[in-house]
Amino acid sequence: MPTSENASAADTSANVFTVRKFNLWYGDHHALHNINMDIKEHSITALIGPSGCGKSTFIRNLNRMNDLIPGVKLEGSIKYNNEELVNSDIDVSKLRKEVGMVFQKPNPFPMSVYDNIAYGPRTHGVRNHAKLDALVSGSLKAAAIYEEVKDRMNSSALGLSGGQQQRLCIARALAVQPHVLLMDEPTSALDPISTGKIEELAMQLKEKYTIVIVTHNMQQALRISDYTAFFLLGDLIEFGPTEKIFSNPEDKRTEDYITGRFG
Amino acid sequence: MFQAEKKFINTEKIAYWVFLVLGVMNVGFVLMICVYLLLAGSPAIVKIGPLDFLFGTQWASTAAQPKFGILPFILTSVYGTIGAIIIGLPLGFFSAVYLAKMCPKKVRMVVEPVVDLLAGIPSVVYGFIGMLVLVPAIREIFGLPDGSGLLAAIIVLAIMILPSIIKVSVTAIEAVPEEYTLGSLALGANKVETIFRVVVPAARSGISAAVVLGVGRAIGEAMAVMMVAGNAANMPYSIFESVRFLTTAVASEMSYSSGLQREALFSIALVLFAFIMIINAILNMLLKKGIKR
Ligand SMILES: Nc1ncnc2c1ncn2[C@@H]1O[C@H](COP(=O)(O)OP(=O)(O)O)[C@@H](O)[C@H]1O
Ligand SMILES: [Mg+2]
Repeated sequence: MPTSENASAADTSANVFTVRKFNLWYGDHHALHNINMDIKEHSITALIGPSGCGKSTFIRNLNRMNDLIPGVKLEGSIKYNNEELVNSDIDVSKLRKEVGMVFQKPNPFPMSVYDNIAYGPRTHGVRNHAKLDALVSGSLKAAAIYEEVKDRMNSSALGLSGGQQQRLCIARALAVQPHVLLMDEPTSALDPISTGKIEELAMQLKEKYTIVIVTHNMQQALRISDYTAFFLLGDLIEFGPTEKIFSNPEDKRTEDYITGRFG
Repeated sequence: MFQAEKKFINTEKIAYWVFLVLGVMNVGFVLMICVYLLLAGSPAIVKIGPLDFLFGTQWASTAAQPKFGILPFILTSVYGTIGAIIIGLPLGFFSAVYLAKMCPKKVRMVVEPVVDLLAGIPSVVYGFIGMLVLVPAIREIFGLPDGSGLLAAIIVLAIMILPSIIKVSVTAIEAVPEEYTLGSLALGANKVETIFRVVVPAARSGISAAVVLGVGRAIGEAMAVMMVAGNAANMPYSIFESVRFLTTAVASEMSYSSGLQREALFSIALVLFAFIMIINAILNMLLKKGIKR
């Protein structure tokens, strides 16, 4: 994949993930072919491509959520900082604490707003009330939802609107103080206004976190991301700075996709 | 097109009437039972006196000077049901968690049909096995002259309510959306934490439904209990006491009773009925609360 190596050579800031010759099979189905990609610190990397091309499959490897799917087989290498994630015997719980995830459908737990956010810290052993309070309000503020929920901390999170729920889920992920945030189509179930809020939030968050976002929406990738990876049928067709991918793609298939000729 | 629509309306109308009639019949039967029990059960209570009847500690229905105190039966039913729940609920609950979330598919394929089978076994069989196995075991272990009594009844009841508790809990646990599990795991929680801190709390209304069923079945059970409880009208002062439940008190004397004795048995049935109604109402309230939260 020459394009991806070009992209990594162009930028000298640190790699958070280094993906090399990565392959994935669901049973006999070869879902990802020989992926090479460098994900840079404090950047937003967008994964685009038609549905079924392997974006979710790929992002789930960055926090080992694929461990949960029986019959998955992996080959190659994904390094998180210097730690090998592929077929390695790492502390998955610690990895997931550092590499948080936000899902397509907002999935707050059926608990109060407060307990949703405090769930992660409590899981990782924070018992002190003052510390929990600080983490909860800090995370809610960082996810730009504090003002909307500060008077209803003890009512059920299921009573919030879809967009609020999704920001709550981002706050929940931030509460365990991660380094990376993975988002799999976080706005595809939301209205345009909520989508705008989440995009704005993502751009703020990249100051402190590294973000990988799957999106169906090419405009979204263009608006918020620094790097874009275009997947097609399990291949990484092209990867590079977003401006370049959108203004001057090297591969004909990338051009066809971003100009809306298919997908 | 029009014809099709007409036909559709007709079937809908027929269905409406069928369901209405069935619904009215259902409510009618319940009402009839209520009214009949009230009519049949009240006279003896009035004749004996409500306090003497409910709080009298002696039942001697065929004595020269008969006594009709049913406190022994009430307490036995209450203790027996609570005991069965104390043993059966945790056992059933953990089995359900294991079956729904932890066990290998193969184990589940064997265990689930067995649980279904357990639910279908007639209670007399439970009583029989209790008599043959449990009662002698209690006698040996505790060195008693006779092993039948409250403890044996509690254990038999606990085993009898297990299948329904397991089945309802499994259903409730499996109804919890997978997204909750994924969300928790993605925060770095492990599987066990996820089950007990997210999945089970999310399933709590269904799990209280399992308790409703368990309590209902335990308090209404007569046959199995009659075979292992010893069946003497004692106050349940200890778990080894030979006792009678509300159900067995009615069942054991009904065939040869007459006069006031017979009327008193109807009154016991009325008390049992009231108990079941109250328990159901309380648990239903809890259940609704659980759903709202
Ligand atoms: N759990 C799974 N088991 C088997 N095949 C799967 C599973 N998840 C995804 N796939 C397959 O892998 C391919 C990529 O899917 P996915 O990563 O969900 O695509 P995307 O997120 O880009 O829409 C598809 O062909 C899909 O059918
Ligand atoms: Mg997807």
